[in-house]
Amino acid sequence: MSEKVLMKGNEALAEAAIIAGCRHYFGYPITPQTEVAAYMAKRMPKIGGTFLQAESEIAAINMVYGVSSTGHRVMTSSSSPGISLKGEGLSYLAGSDLPALVINVQRGGPGLGGIQPSQADYFQATKGGAHGDFHMIVLAPASVQEMADLTVKGFELADKYRMTSMILADGTMGQMMEPVSLEYDIKPAPEKPWATTGTKMQREHNIVNSLSLVPEELEKFNIERYKRYDEVEKNEVMYEEYMMDDAEICIAAFGIAARVSKNAITEARRQGIKAGMIRPITLWPFPKTPFKKAAQSVKQFISVELSMGQMIEDVRLATECRVPVTLCNRVGGMIPSPEMVLEAIKEAAKNGGAR
Amino acid sequence: MVVFEKPHALTDVPMHYCPGCTHGIVHRLVAEVIDELGIEGKTVGIAPVGCSVMAYNYFNCDMIEAAHGRAPAVATGVKRAEPDNIVFTYQGDGDLASIGTAETVHSAARNENITVIFINNAIYGMTGGQMAPTSLPGQVTQTSPYGRDVTQCGFPVKVCEMLSQLDGPEYLERVAVNNVKNVKNAKKAIKKAFRNQIDGKGFSLVEVISSCPTNWGLTPQNALKWIDEKMIPYYPLGVYKDRSAAKEETK
Repeated sequence: MSEKVLMKGNEALAEAAIIAGCRHYFGYPITPQTEVAAYMAKRMPKIGGTFLQAESEIAAINMVYGVSSTGHRVMTSSSSPGISLKGEGLSYLAGSDLPALVINVQRGGPGLGGIQPSQADYFQATKGGAHGDFHMIVLAPASVQEMADLTVKGFELADKYRMTSMILADGTMGQMMEPVSLEYDIKPAPEKPWATTGTKMQREHNIVNSLSLVPEELEKFNIERYKRYDEVEKNEVMYEEYMMDDAEICIAAFGIAARVSKNAITEARRQGIKAGMIRPITLWPFPKTPFKKAAQSVKQFISVELSMGQMIEDVRLATECRVPVTLCNRVGGMIPSPEMVLEAIKEAAKNGGAR
Repeated sequence: MVVFEKPHALTDVPMHYCPGCTHGIVHRLVAEVIDELGIEGKTVGIAPVGCSVMAYNYFNCDMIEAAHGRAPAVATGVKRAEPDNIVFTYQGDGDLASIGTAETVHSAARNENITVIFINNAIYGMTGGQMAPTSLPGQVTQTSPYGRDVTQCGFPVKVCEMLSQLDGPEYLERVAVNNVKNVKNAKKAIKKAFRNQIDGKGFSLVEVISSCPTNWGLTPQNALKWIDEKMIPYYPLGVYKDRSAAKEETK
């Protein structure tokens, strides 16, 4: 077993990025992800990397675009309002098929909102964060260990599919401390013959570009990109099932909501209620299959979220509305308590799954 | 004996620019400089959004198409990741002086070791002739049909003057391409802006006063005259900052 160290989620994530070979970080200060930037500011100069505090989130994501064009692993991190500003760059990264890692340590919104934990950027992250047809691979950590693991995974997937991976975390994941092991077997990044690092007068010039004025061509590029997305959906879905073998009530939750829900499930089981959980780790691609399968035996789903009910739509789609799906939520920086989730489970059990 | 040929750093792709537009001249000057400095193989160009959006098809070096106004940020990323590459942006006035003002100012403030070619033709060409940040007071455009009213639309942005107030940038010069003498000067400035980068001196920007006969509603010849009569009086040509030269003088 590898040695474990006690680390904050944001710092574990930052160190994992460096281990994964990321040597370029661009960001703009925003709570509650500032530790990522502070960590990078300390570490990058010592390992010959770039830490640059950009003039804006827009500039930061476009610096990411520039580094990614050269084929190097690169990242930026921010929190909800900052991610909205990065939207332009996310769309261009998708349109130019560039890999990158973007971290969103979510806070309550809309607008300036608050600085406490939230999951209200689920739609933004999973349904396309900006204009045009595109997806990002969205990874939702539920522990400090996963903050690190999914960062490494995020870089690998981004390179493999030439797309943006987003870590959709929240303030609790960023701030809490847990023992973590940072031993990874880092595979070398794939060859990037498309990178713009100079022709060396030995090949035709490479062009990184998202402009395509001929509709037939632009349509073709979109269809080809979606074929790649199909591959991601086929190969990269990740989720955790918890006590689902005989579950009659199934909780759907990710991140901090899943941590809280586990406590509630333990107590519900103690009280004789057969509760379980499916925890999506990839929010896109969404784990449709386990939900669809569970819909055959489960009497009711409860989507536990720190939003007004966003993932619940994907749960309903995946289960084809065969059984009721209810919402158990807090918003604005509030977190559902285990007691609140337990009450929702008990209510569902009392109704026998019927509404 | 070959007396005139296309620079190697230009592709054979026919340019889409309107008759009388001076983008072609500036493209050629940049390409000649790349040839003369022997840097095509390690040069990466960043194209803007605007009339020169398809510059990526015209330069033979590796090219990146940036979002509107973001070319200096993209260039910053490239240069930080690959310091041995020669990185230039080619931007128009809407791109550089309006939507991308922050990226321009801050890359200059950081003295980012890049070369910026800035085409100022006082109008948005690609979208069909709207008011630019550099449109002259009183200038009639599609979105200032009664002439640019400075009480409503504010005054033009003088980029070289503005950036010259910063401690960061190495070299700022404004040139024009409306006659042979000016074109020759423009090439000298562009060459210096690239050489500065090779020498690691930092942010070098050349503002090129250019014509847009189509959207100015003038013949190509009259457009070149309009540069002399209207543009240059408002945007005086010359060196606005040359840190290395200033250092030499104080020695």
